[in-house]
Amino acid sequence: MEYQRFDIYNRLLHGVLMVSFLGLAFTGMPLLFSDVPWAIRLAAVFGGGHSAGIVHRIFASMMIGCVVLHVWRLMHRLYVKKELDVLWGPASMTPQPRDVVEMLAHLRWFLRLGPQPRFDHFTYWEKFDYWAVFWGMGVIGGSGLVLWFPEVFSKILPGSWFNIALFVHGEEGLLAVGFIFTIHFFNSHLRPDKFPMDPVIFTGRVSEHELMEERPAEYERLRAGRRLDEIEVGPAAAWVPRLAKAVAVVAVTLGLAMVGLILYAVLFARL
Amino acid sequence: MRPTRFTTAVLFAACLTASTALAQKPAASAVPKPPTNDDCLACHGDPSAAGSNGRSVAVLPDKFGASVHGQAGIACVDCHADLARTTDFPHAEKLAPVACAKCHDAAAAKYDTSVHAEARRASTQSVAAACKDCHGTHEIRSSKDPDSATYHLNLPATCGHCHGNAEIIRRGRIAIGNVVAQFQDSIHGQALSRSGLTVAPNCKDCHNAHDIKRKTDAASTVFRATIPATCGRCHEGVQRRYLTGVHGEALAKGRPDAPVCVNCHSAHQIQRTEGASWKSQVTAECGSCHPESNRTYRDTFHGQETQLGFMRVATCADCHGAHDIFPKRDVRSTVSAAREVSTCKKCHPGANPSFAQYDPHADRHNRARDPLLFYASKFMEVLLIGVFAFFGIHTALWASRAVKPGLGQSSRRDDGRRTQE
Repeated sequence: MEYQRFDIYNRLLHGVLMVSFLGLAFTGMPLLFSDVPWAIRLAAVFGGGHSAGIVHRIFASMMIGCVVLHVWRLMHRLYVKKELDVLWGPASMTPQPRDVVEMLAHLRWFLRLGPQPRFDHFTYWEKFDYWAVFWGMGVIGGSGLVLWFPEVFSKILPGSWFNIALFVHGEEGLLAVGFIFTIHFFNSHLRPDKFPMDPVIFTGRVSEHELMEERPAEYERLRAGRRLDEIEVGPAAAWVPRLAKAVAVVAVTLGLAMVGLILYAVLFARL
Repeated sequence: MRPTRFTTAVLFAACLTASTALAQKPAASAVPKPPTNDDCLACHGDPSAAGSNGRSVAVLPDKFGASVHGQAGIACVDCHADLARTTDFPHAEKLAPVACAKCHDAAAAKYDTSVHAEARRASTQSVAAACKDCHGTHEIRSSKDPDSATYHLNLPATCGHCHGNAEIIRRGRIAIGNVVAQFQDSIHGQALSRSGLTVAPNCKDCHNAHDIKRKTDAASTVFRATIPATCGRCHEGVQRRYLTGVHGEALAKGRPDAPVCVNCHSAHQIQRTEGASWKSQVTAECGSCHPESNRTYRDTFHGQETQLGFMRVATCADCHGAHDIFPKRDVRSTVSAAREVSTCKKCHPGANPSFAQYDPHADRHNRARDPLLFYASKFMEVLLIGVFAFFGIHTALWASRAVKPGLGQSSRRDDGRRTQE
């Protein structure tokens, strides 16, 4: 028995987001670490500093497209389909009191001071991932556009803000790259009970066992409401998990390699 | 008259025995008459004529005849003056050195002040250049003659006999090393060798020909403070702009660290200024005196891009100018409040006064200069440290919790217990 966790729309969106994020990281970091020897070589992979910048803008457009599609769908659910549970409740990404409670309980469980919390559809760390991306989109995307079109933005912003934009774009980029390639990778894929990966974002499916184990509150809620069969799906085509594994291996390898380059730069090359 | 093979052979044999036979030969005439060129060439005109040590003593009549001295009808004994009164032939092998100064007194006087003459005076073993090392001997041609060793386009190779010779560079302790190799790829070297431009400078145009002096000698054309004037012989307009700018002004005030032409352009490896490699080198060069500006430049977009090798982005000179650089407060400065917008517009056509408020040397550690950036950087610092600290600990705890009693199994056992609870 398998249940749908992510529909095809969100799976594809995550795929595009993932590709554009990797592209942005690999074309952006050389500029941020231009004083470190690997930067020139990495930029050369994209044809040098200038064309790396062009590739960066192409991936940026992809990512902005992702955000637009996501927000558009959210608005559609909210205003057209009147799905108010987008705003509050277990199906909503909105941070809620139970997230604080669950986080504290989770920390207690880490320290063997209490039982594991019974999570629902979205956990607090998943919400953090989501909002971190949302915040990052605003800050990195906004500052990126300022840097892309400085002459246009100079009509509404003083030039000194370009300095802020440049700095914040780089630091937020570093934060995003560092977070996604370590914390997100661990939380979603590399932690021992998921290792080496959790294919759910690619297949969209969880088994009944997984749902019961990992999100008991959701399982109980749906069973009690007799809504489990609403999300019941057949198994994914055989090629999907295989492709997922290949994609994830590539993405995780690239991500960890980038983390290695950054750590090398920060710890050794700049001292 | 050209000697026959027979007379050549006879005279050559005579030459070889000259040292023992010298005293026994009687004088042919009572009034000694200097030997004519033909007399000399009777022996020396033979291409195989050699001294007792095997060294060629041949003087090819054609070559000498075409030389500037041959053309002028100068007699052999005018230079080899010690042979003028010799009547016994073959003559002694060891001759007095030729005194070029007898005729070329002005050039010789200049040469006497040169680093080459100084080296020769200091040591009899010196291989420093004397007249013949550059000009040759019997085949000397006018420096206007394309076949001359001192012809404008040939001079670098002539100097290169010594200054491109590793052994001589080592023995002479010539600090700059193989300067000919450095010069030949420079814009001046290429102009000479590839473009054949006789207006392009060769060695002597900067160093002079006869009175070459050390660069530490205040009388030298390449003495630090004199360099702008030396380069200015050709680059007059640049020299004038340089002298009005801060660097020229500092030089005029006698500041020892004031940069002159060679500090940015180098002396022998001068490149085209459009080239990417020169642009990146000169930025580092500016930074050697302006380390703070270099650091803050490297920390902002233009400096980051150029560090990656994309040199179409602004480097120092694109904003500050090259030769006539002025302080920002000076209205003549390209980065003064009055002119900065037009400077930005060179690359950013849509620039306006607001645009020009961008600080290309922003320093996030400098609250007075960039207050907004300073606080933004503090905020980002807290954010980054906060996020990574919290999730670092979170991850470490989670990993240790999940890993404890044996992989995989553990969490399921835990979960099993939990679902029963």
